[in-house]
Amino acid sequence: MSEVYDKLVPDPAADTKPFWDALHEGKFRLQRCADCKKVRHYPRPVCDACFSMNAEWVEASGRGMVHSWTITHHAFHPGFKVDLPFMLLTVDLEEGVRMQAQARGIAEGDLKVGLKVKVGFERVKADLTLAVFEPG
Amino acid sequence: MSLREAGAITGVGETKYMRGTDRTPISLAMEASLNAIADAGLKPTDIDGIIPYGMGAVAEDYVTNFGIADLRFSATTPMGGASPVASIQCAMAVIQAGICKHVLLALGRTGYSGSRIGNRVQQMPQFKTIGEFEMPSGAIAPPQLYAVMARRHFEMYGTTSRQLAEIAVTTRQHAIMNPRATMQRPMTIEDHQASRMISDPFRLLDCSMESDGAAAVIVSAPDIAKDLRKKPVIVMGIAEGHPDSPSAISQRPDMTTLGLAKAAPRAFEMAGVKHADIDVAEVYDCFTYIVMCQLEDMGFCKKGEGGGFVENGALGINGRLPVNTHGGLLSEAHMAGMNHIVELTRQLRGEAAVQVKDAEIGLVTGYGDLGDGSIAIMRRAA
Repeated sequence: MSEVYDKLVPDPAADTKPFWDALHEGKFRLQRCADCKKVRHYPRPVCDACFSMNAEWVEASGRGMVHSWTITHHAFHPGFKVDLPFMLLTVDLEEGVRMQAQARGIAEGDLKVGLKVKVGFERVKADLTLAVFEPG
Repeated sequence: MSLREAGAITGVGETKYMRGTDRTPISLAMEASLNAIADAGLKPTDIDGIIPYGMGAVAEDYVTNFGIADLRFSATTPMGGASPVASIQCAMAVIQAGICKHVLLALGRTGYSGSRIGNRVQQMPQFKTIGEFEMPSGAIAPPQLYAVMARRHFEMYGTTSRQLAEIAVTTRQHAIMNPRATMQRPMTIEDHQASRMISDPFRLLDCSMESDGAAAVIVSAPDIAKDLRKKPVIVMGIAEGHPDSPSAISQRPDMTTLGLAKAAPRAFEMAGVKHADIDVAEVYDCFTYIVMCQLEDMGFCKKGEGGGFVENGALGINGRLPVNTHGGLLSEAHMAGMNHIVELTRQLRGEAAVQVKDAEIGLVTGYGDLGDGSIAIMRRAA
């Protein structure tokens, strides 16, 4: 954990804060419709299947498979320069939604659609934990 | 009721395209607008509707600078690079409703000298979702956000970087013949392959440039258009389309399909033309991949066959479908696609720098904000 964290940080609101609070506790939770039980990500006020505004948060497996990726070699923000190059994965989670995060411990040569990964947790500053993807 | 032929492009204009200026976006937008108004043979006070691009000059700036006594309509179409073409639909609707006679679409920007696109994207409200959930991971700028779509296309369909290079090279060939274009140095496929990696699979030469300048277009009522200075270019079909999961590419069921896939069939049906009727296409080209993907989404080839479609100079001035005859955002200038409308108009008037012989019918697309699309199909006046 570095003293000065100068990367972009999330600014959670009421609809999204439970996701970030859970990550910070080392738990991976997703939002689900409390009525029809459809899981949705990213968090938002309305279920697009039944239009219910009742939501709940459920423990998710954190397991998934790679859908696509990019490896970034150019710093578009000074805070990320130290990470270059970094691997960004888009992952199909078992719960039927996708998530995007940086990869850890995955070699470029191993990347393929369908590669199994799992969510990991990185505490990047005192009040923020980010999800990453590790070999699954 | 349809918007078929409910509007005509009667004037186009631009500033010199630059990389480095101390002028303001407002000053640039005014100059391009005055050029478009003069091209149409109108006076600035004839403008009764304004659809400015979402950044830079606002409608009030035009009213104040041009002394417009009674502006009857203003709006913005917040779709990023899809906005200029989507604004044509908006203009045609208010013309058909009898609200306006001459609607000005204008864009002025200092993309090179002002704050860079990579910084601006974080401040835009339409990127709130990815701003919270993706940007903290380092996925900030369009090359990164769109590279994921291209990678998926590569993996699913066997598309290659050399195929994308074909688009960059062909577009540069057009730019070199166009004195307005910024990029004048010849490019080979090997040059593209040797250019530095930005965000895999996008290399530097897959990416459009940042530019300073402005471009503007006048959309007029067809019955008035025929009496103006230049022969009007008639808009036969017009549509905008929004992709599934418009605010997060990661959540899109098929991330290789853009909003244009919804808009294009509507525009072709309205226009009453087939793909084989299209003589020239100005296709939004923020990245090489986005050109290829739109050609698929419009139905010029099947999904997954775009890589083969663009090979062997197919998009060149003498190819099977001449694309981005001005050099596009890749090599002319990044005017968020307003310059694509300007170019299609000139093609259909027969006054383009790199002219497609006997061009009668053409199309222009817009693309932006993570997948929004727009398309206009136009014909030259009889």
